[in-house]
Formats: sequence, C-alpha cells, structure tokens
Amino acid sequence: MNDVMIEARDLNKAYGPVHALRDVNFEIRKGEVLGFLGPNGAGKTTTMKILTCFIAPSGGTAKINGADIFEQPIEVRKSIGYLPESTPLYPEMLVLEYLEFIARMRGFRGDEVKKRIRTAVEQTSLGDVISKEIRALSKGYRQRVGLAQALIHEPSILILDEPMSGLDPNQASEIRNLIRSIGRERTVILSTHNLAEVQVTCGRVLIIANGRIVADDTPDDLRDRAGQASYIATVASPESGYRDAKFETQVSEALTQISRVKTVKKAEGDTSDELQFHVLPKDNHDVRADIFKAAVDGGFVLLGLEKTSEDLGAVFRGLTTGDVSESTAGSRKSKGDADAHAANEERASQADSDENTSEES
Amino acid sequence: MQNTLTIAGRQFRSFFNGATAYIVMAIVLMVLGFFFWQTFFLFGRATAREMFTWLFRILVFAVPALTMGLIAEEKRTGTIELLITMPVTDAQVILGKFLGVAGLYGIMLLLTLAYPMSISTLGNLDWGPVWTGYVALALQGAAMVAIGLMASSFTDNQLVALFIALTINLFFWMISLFLPLLPSELASIFEWISFNYHFDSMTRGVVDLRDVLYFLSVAAIALMVAFRSLESRRWR
Ligand SMILES: Nc1ncnc2c1ncn2[C@@H]1O[C@H](COP(=O)(O)OP(=O)(O)OP(=O)(O)O)[C@@H](O)[C@H]1O
Ligand SMILES: [Mg+2]
Repeated sequence: MNDVMIEARDLNKAYGPVHALRDVNFEIRKGEVLGFLGPNGAGKTTTMKILTCFIAPSGGTAKINGADIFEQPIEVRKSIGYLPESTPLYPEMLVLEYLEFIARMRGFRGDEVKKRIRTAVEQTSLGDVISKEIRALSKGYRQRVGLAQALIHEPSILILDEPMSGLDPNQASEIRNLIRSIGRERTVILSTHNLAEVQVTCGRVLIIANGRIVADDTPDDLRDRAGQASYIATVASPESGYRDAKFETQVSEALTQISRVKTVKKAEGDTSDELQFHVLPKDNHDVRADIFKAAVDGGFVLLGLEKTSEDLGAVFRGLTTGDVSESTAGSRKSKGDADAHAANEERASQADSDENTSEES
Repeated sequence: MQNTLTIAGRQFRSFFNGATAYIVMAIVLMVLGFFFWQTFFLFGRATAREMFTWLFRILVFAVPALTMGLIAEEKRTGTIELLITMPVTDAQVILGKFLGVAGLYGIMLLLTLAYPMSISTLGNLDWGPVWTGYVALALQGAAMVAIGLMASSFTDNQLVALFIALTINLFFWMISLFLPLLPSELASIFEWISFNYHFDSMTRGVVDLRDVLYFLSVAAIALMVAFRSLESRRWR
C-alpha cells in the first residue's frame, strides 16, 4: 500500500523574469498535517496553485493521490478541497446559495446536497449566518464559508492558504481542532507565517524561502535545531530607581563565570527595580541551579529565573534570511546554518510564544 | 455537462441578485419603446423591420454591458481561482458563462415580443419576417455574447472589457457604412464581414444557411479565443 498523497517533483515556476519556485521536491503522506511556512513572496501560494492545477509549473510535475497534475487535472481537483489565499467568494450570494452551488459543482444532487451542506456548516459553525449575504459577513465568517466550501465533499486532501487569517482566538482554536481531526485520516497542507500556529497544528513543517525548500522537519526537531534552551534571570537592582553600570557588569561577569554557560547578554525588559539577563547554556544544560548559586556567591538577589524554549522564530529567521543558495531543496543539511543563526540571534530573550514572523501581526 | 449548467445557472441568477439584469432589460425596452413609438407617431407607421433595426443597434451596446464582468470580475476578486479548481475544464467554464448570459438574453428577447404584439393589434402584421427576425436576433446575440465573453477574458477590469467588446461590435456594424469609400473587391469582402449584411437579409424574411453559419462561426471563434485566453493563465 502506498499512502503518499502528494508528490512534488522538481517543481519550478517562473513568472516572466521572477523565479518563484526552484526545484521544489516533497512528499506528503496520508494522515499528515503539513505546515507550509515562509516569508512573504516565498512561493507558498504558487506551490498551492500548482497542486490544485490552477497554474502549471514551468518545470517538474506533481502527483496528487496518484493522479498527475498535467494528465488528470479533474481527478486531482476531485480529491482536493482548496481554500485560496484571501478567500475569494461571490459577495452577492447568500451563504446557503453559495454552498449549494459548490455542492452541485462537486457533483452532489438532491438530498445529498442538503446533507453535505449541513455537515460542513456544523463543522465550521456557520449556522447563524446561513441565510445572510456573503458581502454582509465579517472577515472571520467569510473565512469559515471558505473552509466550509473546501470541506463539502470530504476531500482526502485539504489545501488551505492561510486559513487562520482573520479568525479570532476562539474561532482559530475551533478551526485548529477541526484541521487536526481531519488530519488524522486525511492530508492537510496549510500555509502560514505564524510559527506558533505551526507548532500547535502541524506535525510537520516545510520551510520555504525564495522559492526553495530550506527545511523539512517536525516543529519539535526544528526547534531542537536551534539547540538552545536559554534562561532569563531577573536580578534586583541594588538601589531602587538607579541604574548602576558597575553592578550590571558585575552580575554579568558572575554569570559568565559559570562553567556551563556559553554567553550572557543584557536582556531588554528592565524596570527601575530589576535587571534582566539572558543566559545561554552550553550544550543545552539546565543551568538554573548554577545561576542560583552564582547569585548567592555574588551577593545579588535573584527575583526570577525562567526557561525559554521558543526559539523556532530564530530558526525560521536563520533559515529564511540566511544565504539560501547554499542550502539545497528538501535537504536537512542546513542544520549548521540554523544553529549559527540561532546562536547569533540578537533578540534571544523572546519568551513570547506567540512570536510571529509576519509584518502585519 | 452538469457542471456547465451549474455554472450557467449561477451566472444567470447572479444577474438577478444584483440589479444588472433589471437595469439592462429596462433600458433596452425603454429605448426600444422610445424609438419605436416615435417612428409610429411621426410617420404613422411602425413595422417589425423598424423594430429589429433599432433592437440591433441597442443590443450592440447592451450586450457588452451584460458580458463585461463575466470573467474580468472573477479575476479581479479572485473567485476565478475557486471556480476553476472545482472539477471542471476551462471549456466548461467558458461554455457555462456563455449559456448563463444567453439565457438572460433570451428572456430579454421574449420581453420585446410585446412590440410586435402591439403592432398586430393596431393593424395587420405579417408574422413570417417577425420570426425570422427573432432568429436573426438570436444568432446576432450568440455572436455578441461570445465576443463580450472573449473581451472579458482578456482583462481583470470590467470597463476595459466593455470597451473592447463595444469596439469589436461597432467595427462589425460600422464597416458596412464605409463600403462606398472602398474599392469594389474590398467592399464586397467587408460587406460580407459586417453584421448588418447577414442580419438584414434575415429580417427581410429569408433565413439563409450561410448567414446562420456566419454568426455561428463568429461565436465559435470568439469562444475559442476566450478559452485560450482563460487557459493562458496556466503558463504565465
Ligand atoms: N501572477 C504573478 N505574476 C508575477 N509574479 C508573481 C505572480 N504571482 C506570484 N508572483 C511572484 O512569485 C513569488 C512567490 O509568490 P507567492 O504568492 O507564491 O508567495 P507566498 O509565499 O504565497 O507569499 P505570501 O506569504 O505573501 O502570501 C513572489 O516573488 C511573487 O511576487
Ligand atoms: Mg501566499
């Protein structure tokens, strides 16, 4: 039994002089939820348009559920439910009318149409707006209509281009659960800029930059590549409201002297009463005990000590802003690169797990 | 086939969801009424021929208004992507759109039947040329709808599509006016190309197979070009 649902081979796409995809290769199996991650203009949407046979690649090909995108486009589209970027819908139609139209396009007739619509409407909690005009819906509801549309024929493959954009946190978590439950037996590809999103929703991440795949891994492994858990030590100021540069240096040195600590940096986030230091250990050691001892020995007061593991953002930035031409598509060789970038990461003190790489958020 | 009809049905209904269908039909009927009754009261005559001539002229402008958004608007809003990624071929999309407008056009023609009917109450009406006139309008409509659809497939701007379709329609109409200026061999070719030549012979009561083929070929060519133009997105 072969459960490879999507197989992309050497996909290339040139829009005139713009080379949007270069030798993109990947395979996606049944039961995988794959996060397609990359900065603006990386080629995520282009890849999805190729997989749904909206556009043709300039080179290479892909097989969806065994059907070739060039030879059997109709078969390909039958097995895919697709939510295009920015959720295009007919504004003048009622939600119900629209879903009826889609159900009929998907080949359903009679009672089956109603049944399918009912299921999709339940899955996306659209019940309240079913007889509203689409133009009157909020962005989040439109997004859900788009999702309902993609789900109506219970496709074996779901391709969702930025499905979470415009959803409030409650809706987002509902949709996330929906995607995860669908992903158990079927296959989902979703694109996003949001790292936190990928971590919660996806079992696997493809990172794409400048039209090349620069990483293909699980979110956890990817984070491990950054390698380094790090610690934020909050230290009380010797005198309230007074910044003492000498004291800062003193603490910093005391922490650096810990044998298992690699680097210590002054972190942002001081108040007048406390100073924060970012401590990066060697080889992922847990250095909390060492820090505590250093505080006692050095005679300064430790107010807080926190472990931060959110370094996926660093990996992401490393992979997508680094010298992309060196890393080859689909390879996992870029590890060294990622480590280097992560270690050099200036803003290493980011503990915010909702860290988002996109500009708009 | 089913998908083609589903697309046609959605397109047809969308004209009524917005105000487009009502506005265009009202304008066509009112303008037609204006010219029709004007000739009636001024000259004391109103013939079916007269009506067809006016209807032809009005439709040259009205059809592009119906067709301009067909594909251009779907491109602008991006819905074309959802439509095409349904299990349909590009040809089915084009054909469905064509049939959707053709349906509306047909209804418009039915409404204009009010005029020949009112003539027949005022005096004797020879229904023969009326029926052939409607055949002419139907064929003319097929050609103009196809041309409008083609124009709409070239752009994502409705107004540009309107302009292109109008220009083509006016060209096929107006060339007949410039025939006297052309050398005679060219003149006969241009005369044959023009809409009027084929249209007029039918409103006189004769349905010639060659005229029918002329309109059907124009429609077929325009639909082919529209298909190619829609398909070309794949390679750009
Ligand atoms: N129709 C087009 N014509 C020309 N260039 C295009 C076209 N569509 C995309 N591109 C270019 O191809 C590249 C990849 O675009 P794509 O839309 O796939 O990126 P993306 O990863 O989806 O970005 P985003 O996160 O902004 O949605 C970009 O450089 C873009 O400018
Ligand atoms: Mg995109």
